[in-house]
Amino acid sequence: MPADRHKIPERPVADRIKDFEEVALPFDLESAKAEAKRCIQCKKPKCVDGCPVEIDIPAFIKLVAEGKQDEALAKIKEKNALPAVCGRVCPQEDQCEKLCILGIKGKPVAIGALERFASEQPSPSIPLPEGEGSTKVKVAVVGSGPAGITCAADLAHMGYKVTMFESLSDSGGVLIYGIPEFRLPKKIVRTEIEYVKSLGVELLNDVLIGKTLTIEDLFKDGYKAIFVGSGAGLPNFMRIPGENLLGVYSANEFLCRINMMKAYKFPKYLTPIKIGKKVAVFGAGNVAMDAARCALRLGADEVKIIYRRAREQMPARIEEIERAEEEGIDFHLLTAPTELFGNENGWIKEAECLKMELGEPDKSGRRRPVPVPNSEFRVSIDTAVIAIGNKPNPLIPQSASDLKTEKWGGIIVDPATQMSSIPGVFAGGDIVRGAATVISAMGDGKVAARKIKEFLNV
Amino acid sequence: MPKILSKERLAQNIVQIEVDAPMIARSAKAGQFVVLRINEEGERIPLTIADKDPESGKVTIIFQEAGASTCYLGSLEVGSEIKNILGPLGTPAHINKVGHVVVIGGGVGIAEIYPAIKAYKDAGNKVTTIIGARCKDLLLSEAKIKSITDELLITTDDGSCGRKGFVTEILKEMLEDSSIEINLVYAVGPVPMMEAVCHVTAPAKIKTIVSLNPIMLDATGMCGVCRVTVGGQTKFGCVDGPEFDGHLVDFKELKARLSAYKDKEKIASDHVCKLAHL
Ligand SMILES: Cc1cc2nc3c(=O)[nH]c(=O)nc-3n(C[C@H](O)[C@H](O)[C@H](O)COP(=O)(O)OP(=O)(O)OC[C@H]3O[C@@H](n4cnc5c(N)ncnc54)[C@H](O)[C@@H]3O)c2cc1C
Ligand SMILES: Cc1cc2nc3c(=O)[nH]c(=O)nc-3n(C[C@H](O)[C@H](O)[C@H](O)COP(=O)(O)OP(=O)(O)OC[C@H]3O[C@@H](n4cnc5c(N)ncnc54)[C@H](O)[C@@H]3O)c2cc1C
Ligand code: SF4
Ligand code: FES
Repeated sequence: MPADRHKIPERPVADRIKDFEEVALPFDLESAKAEAKRCIQCKKPKCVDGCPVEIDIPAFIKLVAEGKQDEALAKIKEKNALPAVCGRVCPQEDQCEKLCILGIKGKPVAIGALERFASEQPSPSIPLPEGEGSTKVKVAVVGSGPAGITCAADLAHMGYKVTMFESLSDSGGVLIYGIPEFRLPKKIVRTEIEYVKSLGVELLNDVLIGKTLTIEDLFKDGYKAIFVGSGAGLPNFMRIPGENLLGVYSANEFLCRINMMKAYKFPKYLTPIKIGKKVAVFGAGNVAMDAARCALRLGADEVKIIYRRAREQMPARIEEIERAEEEGIDFHLLTAPTELFGNENGWIKEAECLKMELGEPDKSGRRRPVPVPNSEFRVSIDTAVIAIGNKPNPLIPQSASDLKTEKWGGIIVDPATQMSSIPGVFAGGDIVRGAATVISAMGDGKVAARKIKEFLNV
Repeated sequence: MPKILSKERLAQNIVQIEVDAPMIARSAKAGQFVVLRINEEGERIPLTIADKDPESGKVTIIFQEAGASTCYLGSLEVGSEIKNILGPLGTPAHINKVGHVVVIGGGVGIAEIYPAIKAYKDAGNKVTTIIGARCKDLLLSEAKIKSITDELLITTDDGSCGRKGFVTEILKEMLEDSSIEINLVYAVGPVPMMEAVCHVTAPAKIKTIVSLNPIMLDATGMCGVCRVTVGGQTKFGCVDGPEFDGHLVDFKELKARLSAYKDKEKIASDHVCKLAHL
């Protein structure tokens, strides 16, 4: 009978809600080895089928079990350039760990925690793939999120002259401006960016493609192929009355002020933020959990998550929902806001909500929430954060009329090649999938790099 | 890092700088703006591109020292570097030949109308410009504007130059004068001025474009802090604007939203003054 799954250590709630330091701590060597030994080294490992980038999971786990942490990391890096990031933020419960054979009768191997453990050391330098000298061919990568980083790194390995354009002055995409420090320390992201630069990738910040330069300009400037990894940065609003009241933030605004502009260090950092005592976050994905937990850390007395569907339907990672609950976030499920009300100065003071119940399944297969008649009630709040999802930013498609997009804004690509309707323009990550995951963005970046090489044929 | 190439104090608290930003200088069009951040601790502040020179790669910005960030910017000397400048942002002005255009600039808005006047002229319009300020010393870029507009009318609150009064008074008289036909009004300035201009032109049904200045953060369409209600719909000021049909703008909401951080602004400006010994 295999041993029990080892739980990844965490800082005590009372400490962690006072600061932005990381919540989850790495395994110590003994627990890591013990957890790694739970893996039965399947001949046909199911876990690998669940991994979007096909890491050789049993192989790296075996190396951890043998105490060969650096070899384990090198093994992961054969397939995944960002293990320190993925070990922390991948939804393993829906991927590798969901399929792990031990999960049938007991608890799956803690693959994510082991991946993170392996990454807790200086990166071994990755040797350049054999036989690929450098070419003078220029390739442009737009966006420095996980899709862009992965694509740029692979292209540089292949010997291309890569320039990565990023509109913000900080690179890393959502990893920098979205996911908070307590879940993903920014130092890790910066190390990865430095690594990409060390491969010879030129990084140009403060260039907004579609405005500063267009796709057409890039071709004119001599780029032979372009990868667009510009993400899904356009916030959805609920389209209910009162949404433009003061004190109502999109999650993007809220998280950007905090993570990127460091508003919590105001006035040393000049960007302000106002967080009241009673905060409501609408939505229940990772973004909503992050916003709620940031609000708590910035001194709110009560933080509510208000979500129109049921518990099982919350899209956030289970681990993060549990941590949010432990920290005292108050969950109001099957509750939908219908209107926001303000005080005489235009600041939010109340939300009117309706109770919901689950009806017939909708297109996504989830049971659709339907309003319970006459169930209106009001909640007193002074800050609202809207976290009901993001759509692709339309700037690039708007500035390149030949670029075909879905109705909801995603760039349409050939799934086999990641190439868009413009020859030589490839795309991947959230700009193609809509708000998805770090690992799928990385996977797209990887495929695109390979297909760009085939396309260029040099 | 982008460098400040020149600096000139146009009035007591209005400063003009030229920044080295070749890519922006090449692609900027009338009505567009930049967002800049002075240093790591700085805010991202939106400022209109008052002029540009694609050859030398210079972008001209004229700003009023209104609070912490702009005062800090005003304290920097030629040769200083700033952390970043991003642009050109916003949808460029839709410039067509319509006939007679009245361009109105108020306060620091006077400095921002030059590219629009030039563009309307280049498109073959007759352009009358009305500029208004509190006093004579605050009439910016007067000579530069005079050199391109067909007609220049001036008002000051205290009567120290041109007509005593507000720009809207001149506009009203022009509307009442049956010998003058106006096809379009374009106004940039303090929110109350733009709102007053719209009040004057609405009954006469003269299309009026205003350039709005909501609070911004990324200014690339990512955060929505810049939302304004136009014709009952929520728009993002930074990407859908900054120019909108003034008759459809909810000015009351805009004014409220601009006041969101009033108390924090005071703290920030005290902090910066202490640091920069202003
Ligand atoms: C708060 C939050 C929490 C999340 N938590 C998780 C999680 O726990 N696990 C998980 O797997 N996923 C999570 N996600 C989703 C995940 O972060 C994204 O799916 C992933 O980052 C997408 O990567 P990307 O490279 O496609 O885009 P992004 O990371 O969005 O990067 C795009 C980059 O392109 C830049 N850009 C955009 N337009 C332009 C332009 N025109 N010119 C130049 N540059 C441009 C942007 O500034 C940005 O830096 C979370 C998302 C958010 C917002
Ligand atoms: C598209 C656009 C173009 C602009 N062009 C010019 C220009 O050419 N010249 C000029 O002098 N000013 C311009 N402004 C206004 C300028 O951005 C603000 O004066 C400046 O951000 C104030 O910052 P502060 O820290 O100095 O003052 P603060 O004390 O912080 O603010 C003073 C006032 O400025 C407004 N404001 C504060 N923060 C912001 C912000 N992040 N974004 C926008 N407004 C803010 C508020 O109404 C506030 O009450 C423009 C604004 C926009 C949106
Ligand atoms: S499925 Fe589970 S037990 Fe099997 S190899 Fe993968 S991690 Fe190990
Ligand atoms: S300033 Fe962020 S969307 Fe306009």
